Amino acid sequence: MKDRFALFSLMGREGALSKVHELIREVKVSRVMTSGPLTVSPNATMSEVKELLRQQRISGCPVVEGDTLVGVVSLEDLIHALETQNLDRPVQDFMTHNKLIVAHAQEPVMEALRRFESTGIGRMPVLDGRDRLVGIITRGDITLALLRTLQGVYSEAEALQDRPQHFFEALESERTDLTLRYHVKRGDFARGGEASAKIKQALLRIGASPQLARRVAIATYEAEINLIIHTDEGGFIHADVQPTEILVVAQDPGPGIPDIEMAQQPGYSTATPEVREMGFGAGMGLVNIKRCTDNMSIWSMVGVGTRIQMFFKVSPDEARKTGAQ
Amino acid sequence: MIVNEIVDKLGLTVLAGAAHLTREVAGGYVADLLSCVMAAAQAGDVWVTLQTHLNIVAVAALNEVACIIVAEGATVPPPTLEKAEEQEVIILSSPLPIYETVGRLIAMGV
Repeated sequence: MKDRFALFSLMGREGALSKVHELIREVKVSRVMTSGPLTVSPNATMSEVKELLRQQRISGCPVVEGDTLVGVVSLEDLIHALETQNLDRPVQDFMTHNKLIVAHAQEPVMEALRRFESTGIGRMPVLDGRDRLVGIITRGDITLALLRTLQGVYSEAEALQDRPQHFFEALESERTDLTLRYHVKRGDFARGGEASAKIKQALLRIGASPQLARRVAIATYEAEINLIIHTDEGGFIHADVQPTEILVVAQDPGPGIPDIEMAQQPGYSTATPEVREMGFGAGMGLVNIKRCTDNMSIWSMVGVGTRIQMFFKVSPDEARKTGAQ
Repeated sequence: MIVNEIVDKLGLTVLAGAAHLTREVAGGYVADLLSCVMAAAQAGDVWVTLQTHLNIVAVAALNEVACIIVAEGATVPPPTLEKAEEQEVIILSSPLPIYETVGRLIAMGV
């Protein structure tokens, strides 16, 4: 990392600022608060409060009767009780119960922040729509949520900067040729899409634009699922990546497609009812592949196997990291 | 609009991907056929479906949809949720039928 300030300017309004902005204006108190806070009953003694605050290392807590908030007892109230040697008196004699300052679960964090600012208090009980106590929010909770959001944005931007800005920029040679190979097992639905995801990841890592990576991934996914559903024992996916073109080949040793033309009709599928129930077998696989590729060809022979070649031309726009949307 | 606004306005339950709720939403798409989703859903779409098995995560991740909303309160199996966390895919649950879920999404401007 050369210059961390440059990084922040790179994130600009679209990055850190807008995320923080969203957090403060749009995120509700309920997402940031601590739910199910410790509470005491108004009839508990101040001595019990002293033990609770000491053991839990907190500086105050809400006082509730059932679900209803009736007051807040703080360290200050406890000191008051200590000074007057009234530790055996009930909480309700010392707690704050007038003009309680509270936050609402559904209000934006921004509103809660304003109330902290204007009142100078350190914590607020949080009430739901029916005025029941559901949590407690502190300035610390808001700071923590802000820092977490910033950290997320920061690592995103860092990952972005570590990536090359131009396809293949990071790999220099007279003739660069990257080969990726994956074995796909028949019936392995649990890992369906893994090979496609890995190819996509590899492309992004060497600087492909998101659009290029996405169209290669979608076509490869369909071919991968075909290997899982329609083959005898699965097959192989082989991606050959060059700076100006990408060739992905899916190949299997059987059973082969009897009528290739029919197989390419939108909506035609030989998938079993079980497979269809999972949402596959829409008869759109090969149609999707055709749409995402610049050229594709299918070779198949019953009893021998099938080979689908998917060809992608890397357009100048797609070669740039920030290619046109 | 971000995913979190949809969670709040529709009262959805976040089943996976709670750390990514500030993701931007661009539009929406409804289908239970995965190939249709692959073909027609756009990056940033909210995908409303009844499918809950593992492969919806791969489809969502490859297609870069903003989030998956599983309608009718359907139960999502734990392996799907684990995979979703791992791939940073947001899965939300709506107790309403698809028709009403989508109606509310459209009404709020998705």
